[in-house]
Amino acid sequence: MLILLLACIAAKLALGVVGAARGMPVARLVYGLTATLCAVLGVLAVAALVTGGGWHRLSLPLGLPGLSANFRLDALSAWFLLTASVGGATAAIYAIGYATHLAEPQRALPFFPIFLAAIDLVLIADDAFVFLFAWEAMAVASWLLVLVNHREAGNAIAARLYLVMAMAGTACLLLAFGLLAGAEGAYHFDAWRGQKRDAWQAGFIVVLALIGAGSKAGLFPLHAWLPLAHPAAPSHVSALMSGVMTKAAIYGLMRILFEFVGPLEWGWGAIVMAVGAITAVMGILYALMERDLKTLLAYSTIENIGLVTVALGLALVFRANAMPGLTALALAACLLHVFNHAVMKSLLFFVAGAVHVATGTRDLEQLGGLIHRMPRTATLALIGAASIAALPPLNGFVSEWLIFQAILSAPALPQWALKFEIPVVGACLALTAAFAAACFVRAFGTAFLGRPRTPAARDAQEIGTAMGVAMALLAALCIGSGAVPGALLGLMGSAVQQLAGATLPRESLQVMWIAPFGLERAAYGGLMVLLFVTILAWIIIEIVHRHANPRRRLGPAWDCGFPDPTPAAQYTASSFSQPLRRVFGTLVFHARERVDMPEPGETRAARFTLSLRDPAWAGLYAPTQHALGWLADRCNRFHYLTIRRYLTVVFAVLVVMLCVVVVRQ
Amino acid sequence: MSRIAATVVMQFAQLLLVLAIAPGVTGLVRKVKARLLSRHGPPVLQPYRDLAKLMRKEALMAENASWLYRGAPAVILALIWLAAGLIPSFTIDLPLALAADLLVIIGLLAAMRFVQALAAMDVGTSFGGIGASREMMFASLAEPATLMVVYTMSVFVHSSSLPAMASFMLENDVGLRVSFALALLALVMVAIAENARIPIDNPATHLELTMVHEAMVLEYSGPHLALMEAAAMLKLVAYLSLIAAIFAPWGLAPPAAGAGAIALGLATYVGKLAFGAIALGVFEVSIAKMRVFRVAEFLGGALLLGLLGTIFLYVSQNL
Repeated sequence: MLILLLACIAAKLALGVVGAARGMPVARLVYGLTATLCAVLGVLAVAALVTGGGWHRLSLPLGLPGLSANFRLDALSAWFLLTASVGGATAAIYAIGYATHLAEPQRALPFFPIFLAAIDLVLIADDAFVFLFAWEAMAVASWLLVLVNHREAGNAIAARLYLVMAMAGTACLLLAFGLLAGAEGAYHFDAWRGQKRDAWQAGFIVVLALIGAGSKAGLFPLHAWLPLAHPAAPSHVSALMSGVMTKAAIYGLMRILFEFVGPLEWGWGAIVMAVGAITAVMGILYALMERDLKTLLAYSTIENIGLVTVALGLALVFRANAMPGLTALALAACLLHVFNHAVMKSLLFFVAGAVHVATGTRDLEQLGGLIHRMPRTATLALIGAASIAALPPLNGFVSEWLIFQAILSAPALPQWALKFEIPVVGACLALTAAFAAACFVRAFGTAFLGRPRTPAARDAQEIGTAMGVAMALLAALCIGSGAVPGALLGLMGSAVQQLAGATLPRESLQVMWIAPFGLERAAYGGLMVLLFVTILAWIIIEIVHRHANPRRRLGPAWDCGFPDPTPAAQYTASSFSQPLRRVFGTLVFHARERVDMPEPGETRAARFTLSLRDPAWAGLYAPTQHALGWLADRCNRFHYLTIRRYLTVVFAVLVVMLCVVVVRQ
Repeated sequence: MSRIAATVVMQFAQLLLVLAIAPGVTGLVRKVKARLLSRHGPPVLQPYRDLAKLMRKEALMAENASWLYRGAPAVILALIWLAAGLIPSFTIDLPLALAADLLVIIGLLAAMRFVQALAAMDVGTSFGGIGASREMMFASLAEPATLMVVYTMSVFVHSSSLPAMASFMLENDVGLRVSFALALLALVMVAIAENARIPIDNPATHLELTMVHEAMVLEYSGPHLALMEAAAMLKLVAYLSLIAAIFAPWGLAPPAAGAGAIALGLATYVGKLAFGAIALGVFEVSIAKMRVFRVAEFLGGALLLGLLGTIFLYVSQNL
C-alpha cells in the first residue's frame, strides 16, 4: 500500500515537471491528473484507516549516501493524508476552471503538484531527514506559489516575510530534532519513541516545536506572515495553504508532543491550551477588522488553528492525568476540526476566488448584491459561512461541540490551576464562536447581500462549471459530515487509539446522534437537527402557502420612509464591525476613530480616519527588526577599517583565543 | 411500544404547546406593562389577532430582495421552534431533547441569530445593517456568559443535557446555593438582552437610532412579518422555559407519568410562564433603556457573574 502511495507522490512530482510546459491543455491535463492522484491517495488513506492497526513501513535507498529514506503510514498519517487529499483534489478540480482566469497560469502550474507531493511526504516521513527535507520543499514550493502574482504591490514583501519566518521555523524544528536525536544522533523516528528524557530537555523540545511548527500553523504571535502570504497566492493555492499546509504543521506538532517527547507534565498542556485560546480570540478579532476578503479568511484560519490547539492542549492535560477516555475525546475533537476546517476553509477560499474572478476585487467595500448575479456561488458561500460560524447542523458545530464537551469534563481534573483555567478557556472559545458568527455575517452580508457598491459588482458574472463543482463537493461535505459526524469519528478511531490509548466507544457514534459519554450526559443529533429543522420549516411554508395571503408586491425599500438611492448609504464592512471595534478594539488594537467635521459654512467634505495598531507587530516584530538593525549598524563599522586596525583585531582575537586555551588546560 | 408512542406524542404536544402559548405570553407582558403605566392596554389575546391580521395582508417587498429575504422567516421560525421544543416545559419525557443537549440549543439560537442578521442585511438599507451589527455585538458577550452558566450547571449535575439537569434538581435536595443564584442572574441578564427587552432594546419603539431587533425586521411585512414576530415571541418563551427548566423544575412530569402528573406539569408551566411574564413587565417599566455601548458593560457583568458562579461552586464543593 505504501509503495502505491509513494508512486502517487512521485507521479505528482513528475506532473510538476510536465507542468513546466505552456498552454491551457497542459494545465487542464496537469490539474486533472493531480485531482485523480489526490483521489487515489484519499482512497488509500481511508483504506489504511479502516484496516486500522496495521502500519506500513518502507525504507528506500534515497537521500544521503549510506543512509536510507524511511516512510511509514500509520493511522495518524492516514487521517491527515485524507484531509490533504480532500483539499488537494478539490483545489485541483477548481483550478481547471480557475486557471483560465489567471494572468500567468503557467507560473503556478509546475509548483502546484510539487507542493501537494511535499505535503504528502511530510505526512508519511519516518525519519528526521525526510521530514525536514519535505518540510522545506513544502515551504519553498508554497513560497514560489505566493510569488505567482509577484507584480502586485505587497506580494513580494509578503513572500519575503514568509520565507524568513519559514526558515526561522525550520531552524527551531532542526534544533528540536537535534535534541530528540540525543547524543547518539539517531535520526530514525522509531529511536525517539518511548525514550526517557529529562524534564528540562522535554520542555525545551516542546518550546522549540511550538515555535517551529507553530509559526507554520499560525499561532499568535508568530502568525504575522500568514495573513500576508496566504491571500497573495492564487485562490486554489490559498485554499491549500490555509486548509492543508497549516494542518501539516499541526501534524508535526502532534507527532512531537504525543509521540517523540514522551510523557509531559500537565503544565505544558495548560500552556498549549492558553496559547491556543489567545490565538483563537486574536485571530478572529483581526478578521473582524479586515476589509480584504482573502485576508479575512486567512485570519479566520488563525482562529481555527487556535481551536485545534486548545483541543490539543486539553488532550495533553488529560493524558498527563492518565484519563484515556477524555484524552480520546479531546483528540477526536482536534482531529475532526482539522478535517472540518480544511473542508470549509477551502470552500470559502474558492468562493473568494470566484468573487475575485467575477468582480476583479477582494475588497468587501467594493462588493455587494452578488446574490443576484451569482446565485449558485452565494448559496455555496452561505453554507461555508454557516459552517465556519459553528452553526448546527453543519460540520463546524460538531467539532466545537466536542471541544466544549471536553471542556465541561474539566472538573474531573485534580489540578486547581486547570479547574480555573479551563472554564476561562471555554469562555474564550464561546467568545470566539460568537465573533466568528459576527465575522461571517459581516463578510457574507457585505459581499453578497444588499446593493452593489461598484459597477464591477453590478456586472459580475456567475463562474464556470469546474469551479462550481469543486465548491459544491466541499459544501456537500460540510452538510454531510455535520449531519452524520459519527461516520468520520468512527473512521478516525484508529488514529485516536494510536495517540490516546483509547477511543470513543463505538456505541456512542450512531447515525442519528453522537454521545461520547452516553445519552444521559450529553448528546448531539446532527441528522435529527437537520431533519427536524427541514420538517418544521416545511410545515411553516405549507401553512403560509395554504392560509396566508399569497399576494406579493414589489416596491422601493421602506427604510423608515427615507430610502437612500445611493448604495454608499448601506452599512459597510467597517461600519458593521464598529460596535465590536469600539468594545474590544480600543483595548487590543488601539483603535482610534477621528472625525474631522468642516466648520459651518465650509464646503469641504468631512473626513473620517480610523487607525488600528497590530499588537503583534508593535510588540514583537518591530522591536526585533529595530534591534537587528541596530546590531547590523554596529557591525557595519568592521567593513571599513584600515589595514592596521584589521591587523590589531586579528591580533587581539588571537591573544584571547590563546588565553582561553591556557585557562582551559 | 406504547411507551415510545407516548414519548413521541409528548414531543409533538410540546412543539404545539410552545407555539400556541407564545403570543399569549407576549400579550401578557404587554398587558402588565400597560396596567402599570395606568393604561388599559390591548387584551392579552391581541398578539394572536395581530398575527392573523398580518397573515391576511399582502407582502410588500423591496425590489432588490433576494431568495434569502423570502426564505429567512420560515427558517428562523423553524430553528427557534425546534429549540423551544427541546426545552422541557411540562414534561421531562422528550425524546428529541435526549439527542440535543444545552449546547445544541445555544447553537440553534446562534443559528437563528445568524440568519436573522443576514436577512436584515439583504435589502441593503442602513437600518438593517445597524440592527444586525448591534445584535452580533450583543451576542458576542451573551454567548460566553451563557456558556459559563452551562459550565456551572454541568459541574454540579455532570451533564449538559436539559432533562438530566431538570431531574437532578427535582430528585436531589439541592438547597439554596450562591453559585446558582449567580448563574440564574447571569442567565436572566442574557435572556433580557437576547430577547431585545428594556434596558437593552425596546420592543415597543420605532425610534430609529435606538432600535436593534425592530431594525432587523424593518423591511418585512405581511405573512413574512408574521413569521418573524412569531419567532420573537417563541424566543421569549424558549428563554423563560429554559430558566424554569434549570432553576425551577418543580411540577415537571417525570417519564411515563400519568394524566394527573401531566396536568400538574401543564398547570405549573403556565403558572411559571405567567410569573415570568409579569416579572418581566414589572422589571421593564421600572428601568430606563441604556445607551448601546453600556450594553457591553451589562453583558460583561453577566459574564463575570457566570464566572463567579463557577468559582463559588468549586469553593463550596471543596470546603
